[in-house]
Amino acid sequence: MALISEPPAVSLDAMVPRLVTLEHMRNETADTFTMELAPPDGIGDFPFLPGQFNMLGVLGVGEVPISISGNPLEPHALIHTTREVGAVTRALKRLRPGSVLTVRGPYGTPWPVEAAEGRDLVLIAGGIGLAPLRPVIYRVMSERQKYGRFLVLYGARTPEDILFAKELSRWRAQFDMELLVTVDRGTASWRGNVGVVTKLVPRAPFDPGDAFAMVCGPEVMMRFGAQELALRGVPMDRIFVSMERNMKCGIGLCGHCQVRGEFVCRTGPVYRYAEIAPLLEVREL
Amino acid sequence: MENLVRYLAEHPFLRGMDAKHLDFIVGCASNVVFQSGDFLFKAGAPADQFYLLRYGTVALQVYAPGQGATVVDTLEEGEVVGWSWLVEPHRARFDAIARQTVRAICLDGECIRRKCESDHELGYQMLMRVVQVMDQRIHATRIQLLDLYGANL
Repeated sequence: MALISEPPAVSLDAMVPRLVTLEHMRNETADTFTMELAPPDGIGDFPFLPGQFNMLGVLGVGEVPISISGNPLEPHALIHTTREVGAVTRALKRLRPGSVLTVRGPYGTPWPVEAAEGRDLVLIAGGIGLAPLRPVIYRVMSERQKYGRFLVLYGARTPEDILFAKELSRWRAQFDMELLVTVDRGTASWRGNVGVVTKLVPRAPFDPGDAFAMVCGPEVMMRFGAQELALRGVPMDRIFVSMERNMKCGIGLCGHCQVRGEFVCRTGPVYRYAEIAPLLEVREL
Repeated sequence: MENLVRYLAEHPFLRGMDAKHLDFIVGCASNVVFQSGDFLFKAGAPADQFYLLRYGTVALQVYAPGQGATVVDTLEEGEVVGWSWLVEPHRARFDAIARQTVRAICLDGECIRRKCESDHELGYQMLMRVVQVMDQRIHATRIQLLDLYGANL
């Protein structure tokens, strides 16, 4: 499979965890939270590319792959947003500022933000899928003149489940980004769209023949999202998705994240949809 | 009347329809405006009309005692509100309420049904368009039922 960009070379050092300190913990929604991490001595940066992930570890509990949700232009702060779904993320949620945890990475292929320059760019995110795309938003907003129309289509379960709500409001107010948000179930006070995020694609104002699209969320959502984009006329080789698998080593050795011939931690998580589509339909892994 | 024919021809729901059919149904059409909070129709009421949205957002909602109104879908410019005019017993199943100022073309359901009876080619054209809308809504509803965003990522 053709890679969208060559993953950084990995060495045995990539297997060595680095100790970091939890600086801040913020609850985003009822079950999602954001951690800001820093080196214990305060020295050193965490450079990464939008779309890459780290292996975060709680000593004595285990490691989990979590996409980086911070600003790639501010590498002194390492920011991760995740949902509480298993033993390790539950342990992460219980940490308090000052706690020490481990980090390995960054790993994986990035979103093709440079290749999208000069074109319309459409991001489609579902639920916590907004977190791995937030670095793209930071990057594009910092170089806004390099892109055509910039749209973010975001779907959440309910208004209370909207991630980064304040930041989304701020971005929307800047007028150089089109933000369309929809929820599955509205509340009495919700004045926005109701319906699945894929419904936003036909009405979104962009030129499909000259657009790049990046889709992140649960795999079923990515499949339907990519299908809507293709129906709208976005070329399949300009639609990108981020695969989330059970990654362990992060360097393509252990095989935990293997899907047929692909080691998602190494050749992904970001893939061209045209190339990964058959794998999204694999029923048993 | 000329403007109305143009609005009909430009609306995605009727795009591609023959001019003779557009001329035939324009007598069933009228321009309407709703203010925020106005009901286009209420659940249980006779489905005498349906609407082609030209501007604004309409919420489809269900009212439940003790729970208030739950919005199940929102529809925007270019979309169609209502198909119960075509399906017996011709009663609306949901409330449709304007979220903001809404401009639409109102089509008289009974008038359209009569014309479809007298011109089966028009009837086929209308049915195909309504089925397309139904297909899109059912597809969206099925995806919604998957509770997509609750899945682990």
